[in-house]
Amino acid sequence: MIKIELPLDRKKRVSLKTGQRLLLYGKLYTARDMAHKRLREMIRKRSPLPISLKGEILYYCGPTPPPPGRPIGSCGPTTSSRMDPFTIPLLKKGLGGMIGKGRRSPDIRRAIKSHRGVYLIATGGAGALLSGKVKRASIVAFRDLGPEAIYELEVEGFPVIVAIDSRGRDIYDEK
Amino acid sequence: MKKINTRKIKQIVSQLCIEANMNLRKDILNALKKALKVERNKRAKRILREIIDNARIAKTERLPICQDTGVAVVYCEIGQDVSIVGSEFEKAVNEGVREGYRKGNLRKSVVSSPIERENTRTNTPAVIHTRIVPGNKLRITVCPKGFGSENKSDIRMFEPTATTKDIKDFVLDVVRNCGAEACPPLVLGIGIGGTFEKAAGLAKLSLLRPIGKRNPKKHIGRLERELLGDINRLNIGPMGLGGKTTALAVNILEFPTHIAGLPVAVCVSCHATRSAKKVL
Ligand code: SF4
Repeated sequence: MIKIELPLDRKKRVSLKTGQRLLLYGKLYTARDMAHKRLREMIRKRSPLPISLKGEILYYCGPTPPPPGRPIGSCGPTTSSRMDPFTIPLLKKGLGGMIGKGRRSPDIRRAIKSHRGVYLIATGGAGALLSGKVKRASIVAFRDLGPEAIYELEVEGFPVIVAIDSRGRDIYDEK
Repeated sequence: MKKINTRKIKQIVSQLCIEANMNLRKDILNALKKALKVERNKRAKRILREIIDNARIAKTERLPICQDTGVAVVYCEIGQDVSIVGSEFEKAVNEGVREGYRKGNLRKSVVSSPIERENTRTNTPAVIHTRIVPGNKLRITVCPKGFGSENKSDIRMFEPTATTKDIKDFVLDVVRNCGAEACPPLVLGIGIGGTFEKAAGLAKLSLLRPIGKRNPKKHIGRLERELLGDINRLNIGPMGLGGKTTALAVNILEFPTHIAGLPVAVCVSCHATRSAKKVL
């Protein structure tokens, strides 16, 4: 297990290799379907984005509401391929990495390679376990979307596996 | 006539929504533990341990097992000697779902129109299946269904002359297409026969049968066993990263059908296959 401090700058990203297990420390942003759709619209219209994507990681996740006394409820990854149609403009804006579950399209794999990004996976359906790794959570954009709002998360020891590295190697092709 | 008040129904549905989402079914948990013993792939074992750990954390910390707390599918078997009093039956079920998802801090994932997609913010309406059965009991089962796996479900209307091999190939294709997105290890519910909607209904219903229990019909029990073996040789494994634990169970229900057809529906469910029931 390799401990990684976020954000993931380019140097850190290129050092990662497919199949490695990482523990993440630092800041993540959640975003799923509707947030992606809105971000893409904003980029098209050249409006300012609610968050800077430079070197940041988007976590494909729509958490459950926090029970009293916790920053967040259950918060596992959702299916990444649904974000494929929206991902390239975000990589162009400097997005460093993504966390989700499942395969990406060949186009996205190529784009990850050419932007020196990284795609990480977390265990699908392990939302309660992952909840314990989130120390703080706050909504930073699209509050009206409910569970699909963009949350800023502060994580400690958040476990992921490198699924596509900056050379475009895909874990799902190698098992 | 036994009277059951809709207030009681609402209360029970609410409790069952929370219960189903926070307590992984015992049969599923046992199947995961058994899989951990026979699995040889190191990465697969690690993921299975995580999933088992996750269930323990959910239970002790009162968190949902998975953040996709699903659409609430509610099965109601109403004894014909029961009289339901109070408000409207379906309204009571929906109020129960609304209350359970609020009190349990469960995610509200339902949008009002599939086209316009506005979140109803209550996780209602539920999908309600009601059946009238003999007796004076009311049995309610709440089955929260996540959509990572639901999206991978499929149905095919085969020709009546199709063989078991054709059916198996179709099921294996569905599983191959799931990859990691349906959160394997999977539980597969399969409905064979009836009509288009009957097959789909049976597929979902069969998910309620405890893992490890075979269909008592010999030819169906055999098909279940064979399919489970074939699926677990696909090397998809937990999270799609390889291993022999791709499915925990294949549950099949059949129903008579038309001379001209052979519908087969496959309902894909994940390791977080959830349900809770109560008999009134
Ligand atoms: S497929 Fe199941 S375990 Fe995976 S995220 Fe959806 S509900 Fe959760």
